[in-house]
Amino acid sequence: MTGLPSDEALTETGLAPDARTGRILLLACGALAHEILALKSANGWDHMDLTCLPAKLHLYPDRIVTEVEKAIEKHRADYDQVFVVYADCGTGGQLRAACDRLGVDMVEGPHCYSFFEGNAAFAAKAEDEMTAFYLTDFLVKQFDAFVWKPMGLDRHPELRDMLFGNYTKLVYQAQTDDPALTDKARACADRLGLTFERRLTGYGDLAVALRALR
Amino acid sequence: MAEEEDDIILSELPDEELVPQMHDDLYDGLKEEIEEGVNILLERGWAPYKILTEALVAGMTIVGKDFRDGILFVPEVLLAANAMKAGMAILKPLLAETGAPRMGKMVIGTVKGDIHDIGKNLVGMMMEGAGFEIIDLGINNPVENYLDAAAREEADIVGMSALLTTTMPYMKVVIDTMVEQGIRDNYIVMVGGAPLNEEFGKAIGADGYCRDAAVAVEMAKDFMSRKHNQMAAG
Repeated sequence: MTGLPSDEALTETGLAPDARTGRILLLACGALAHEILALKSANGWDHMDLTCLPAKLHLYPDRIVTEVEKAIEKHRADYDQVFVVYADCGTGGQLRAACDRLGVDMVEGPHCYSFFEGNAAFAAKAEDEMTAFYLTDFLVKQFDAFVWKPMGLDRHPELRDMLFGNYTKLVYQAQTDDPALTDKARACADRLGLTFERRLTGYGDLAVALRALR
Repeated sequence: MAEEEDDIILSELPDEELVPQMHDDLYDGLKEEIEEGVNILLERGWAPYKILTEALVAGMTIVGKDFRDGILFVPEVLLAANAMKAGMAILKPLLAETGAPRMGKMVIGTVKGDIHDIGKNLVGMMMEGAGFEIIDLGINNPVENYLDAAAREEADIVGMSALLTTTMPYMKVVIDTMVEQGIRDNYIVMVGGAPLNEEFGKAIGADGYCRDAAVAVEMAKDFMSRKHNQMAAG
């Protein structure tokens, strides 16, 4: 793998597998590529290769299951194990069912906001944080592509309160300590009319799940 | 094109052109044009119910189909809904006076722990357009909100909405409570929301899973006619 993929590429096209060196293929959402590559590099996990589906699949959660299934079938013969680095991601249990059917494992949790914070901790505060809108590092960087434009706020800013009126705060779950990204996250909160909170989560349960892969 | 559209004077269009033009305006989310079109048809002596069904609901049904087919997206649907709402606001007080048909009564709300209400609001609006009386409970509703309102309002239908995988199981809590209290069969229970599916609806014991607002309306009408038939037979 030469260099880090751009956020735009991860959003639109995903990431082809590295040159095959590992025994385990991580089949991930493009929104998690940087975090997974950082973990791989920091821990020397050379037994894992990474491929990503386009992060924009999240705009159509009903397509996630089909695309993940297709990718598993495409790559599984080349690896000892395929591990799906998606949470439920709005599939209503369908992704877990597909993984079970195909005999592959996946990350636990309802979505990345939950596993970055730690699934248990996130669930514990779910009731208090019902009105929180979460952004991760990737989503802060890709705020326009994932939030502002798909919600039509670039063309119809008057829809903001219909779309976000029930939210009260934006929680930026920071995976890395980056002041520029924090500034951008704060600006995102301002644009949505929400109060701002930053929480340094690191990689949370994502690191735990990947560390367990042998 | 814009110039051409600017040239259209709604009041000069005959009915058979005005109604399709209103469908287009609804599709484009043009609130003021919809208000104007509704007022023109009222002045021409159209019954409020006829305007509602033929100009607004029919137009919104096109929007719903194109949303389902991935041609339109949430923002466009919201703009269309805003336009329809504006038209309905004019018609609503007149509908009661003019004896519009009443299809039934529905209590609808987003479940506990969930604040997402776009889908719920669309369903409520389309159900209202189809002649149902809607009791909107808003967001974050515990079981007692549904049951109290359903009993108080003598509702026919209880509708529950959820957008989150983590909150959709709460629908089962509501249905199980109805079963425990021996009131489950008093109501038609309809559920909907992005992460739900047919299988989930069946598993929790709902009467129907509604993929979108149009499906919800058709399903509700179907359930109500069966209910009336049963009552007639009984």
